[in-house]
Amino acid sequence: MEFFEFYRKDRWPHQFCPGCGLGTIMNTMYKAFNDLKMDINKTVFVSGIGCTGRVPGYINADSVHTTHGRALAFATGIKLARPDLNVIVISGDGDLFAIGGNHIIHAARRNIDIKVIAVNNATYGLTGGQLAPTTPYNMITTTSPYGNREYPFALADLVAAAGANYVARWTTAHPNQLVNSLKQAFTTRGFSFVEVVSQCPVNFGRRNKMGDPVFHLRWIKEHAIPISKVSFDVKTPYEILDLNTKGIYIIGELVRRNRPVYGEALSEEEEESVPME
Amino acid sequence: MLTPGRYFLSGNVATAEAALLAGCRFYAGYPITPSSELMEHMSGRIENEGGVFIQTEDEISAIAAVIGAAMTGTKSMTATSGPGFSLMQENLGYAAMTETPIVIVDVMRGGPSTGQVTVVAQGDVLQARFGSHGDYETIVLAPNSVQELFDLTIKAFNLSIMFRNPVILLSDAELAHMTEKITVPEKIDLVGFNDIEIEGIPKFTPLGIGGKLAITGLTHNEKGYPITTDVQVHRKLVTRIVNKITKNEPIISDVEIINPEADTLIVSYGISSRAAYPVIKKHKDVGLFRPRTLWPFPESKFKEITKNKRIIVVEMNLRGYGLEVERVGRKYGAKDFEYINLIGGEVPKPYQIEEVL
Repeated sequence: MEFFEFYRKDRWPHQFCPGCGLGTIMNTMYKAFNDLKMDINKTVFVSGIGCTGRVPGYINADSVHTTHGRALAFATGIKLARPDLNVIVISGDGDLFAIGGNHIIHAARRNIDIKVIAVNNATYGLTGGQLAPTTPYNMITTTSPYGNREYPFALADLVAAAGANYVARWTTAHPNQLVNSLKQAFTTRGFSFVEVVSQCPVNFGRRNKMGDPVFHLRWIKEHAIPISKVSFDVKTPYEILDLNTKGIYIIGELVRRNRPVYGEALSEEEEESVPME
Repeated sequence: MLTPGRYFLSGNVATAEAALLAGCRFYAGYPITPSSELMEHMSGRIENEGGVFIQTEDEISAIAAVIGAAMTGTKSMTATSGPGFSLMQENLGYAAMTETPIVIVDVMRGGPSTGQVTVVAQGDVLQARFGSHGDYETIVLAPNSVQELFDLTIKAFNLSIMFRNPVILLSDAELAHMTEKITVPEKIDLVGFNDIEIEGIPKFTPLGIGGKLAITGLTHNEKGYPITTDVQVHRKLVTRIVNKITKNEPIISDVEIINPEADTLIVSYGISSRAAYPVIKKHKDVGLFRPRTLWPFPESKFKEITKNKRIIVVEMNLRGYGLEVERVGRKYGAKDFEYINLIGGEVPKPYQIEEVL
């Protein structure tokens, strides 16, 4: 499949700012989708509101751009009504974890067969760079002019705790690993979640001495620690939260498991493994 | 599924069974009194008919899942009550903007806020029409018996598909919990997707058949691509989704009229209207205008009988449907307006209407 068979050429040029991480993410999505030879006519892309929410609109497939925060709720309806379709949700951190926080933990808890790409740029880019639930401590945004005094969410860890079958975190500075991870996510049965830490030089970096996309990308790279290099004692939720507060991201595959999938009939073996009174 | 014949059913159960007969194969909901029995009944029944049931984390996700399922061409519905209906308003507007056919049953209880959980009210009459932001139209149906709950549920699915628009069925705590005799007819007329061509309504294409749909709640052109700053694109789109309902009001309207020649006309709907029948039987100079379709307002039917009439509006809210009755009534020469507005959970009684005659 050519790049412009996957993306709608008649919608080019896209609206994203120069230096935006979504370019890398759109490329890696295309690569993963193409490598797996997935059927674009059997795939629905769903998003909420925000910069990332606009991505499905550029894809040459069924795309549903929904209301703010509700992408997963819409995706749940689509997947349950048509279980044969691949349902891929791509949305931002504010959309999925602030206004839509309830939906993502419940979708992960149900372990419904939906694939989620969460683009975490630590801010609300589309509305002008306001404080997000992912903004690292002390960082400047348009609604935290003296520095953020809140603790950020560790997105992937939250979803892992809620019960997804596949959870990984990568950054736009790791495109090859991201492609492999997306492929793994797309082929895992059940709820799959890939967090992509991404740069927003225009609306976040600029206010934090990273206005140049290269600086912002370098900052992300420097703050990303591979999970293999994290010692066992910082893998507790508390320690992860602490690292996250400093804007440090543990990258890699956090979870790969095979829990029963919502809406799918259980095999006898699985039936036995479910605790019953 | 219910076979043709007579049954003794509660309102909530009759609504659920009617939905199944209408072809509803997706139900998402969140428990709320007084609608819960509908959801409970659905959870046990819909899978037998090859459908899907999900209990969502809140009413926002219930309506969102219903819209998502409806986009795949599955007849879908949810049921709720006032507080849940308030939560659904944003996505109700989304369904109108994306022209997705869904059915919402609002089993009304006393509001505002948590209000009176278990008792009847008709306070959501205006919310059902004006609840979401921006310009849009809904079709709102108001049954006054368990039989009508059954009939209008089927009608709700048909209208939603014909007009590609959300349809709201206004049930209430009284109807929902009341058990009455109903007749399931031999033949039920169902409208399928794209069965009827109506001007201004584009053909429905479901997700997942390679249609490469671009669906968005943003102002969009015919291809579904967002164009948000062009005056003409917005005007054309929004005027069309409003006109497809308002211009077809004569087709949609369904009213019951008794004694149209009488000097005094009772205007009432839903459970309140049942107080009017004994009054009309006793007083020959009193008539009834009872809309089964509250919105769009059945102006084409109302204007024919309203000239020089004294109108008594009976409803269970303080300021509701009477506002529109008065607006349209004045336009067509009604003489005088009286209001019986009962809140608190008390269904109007015939003597309360007789007192103002």
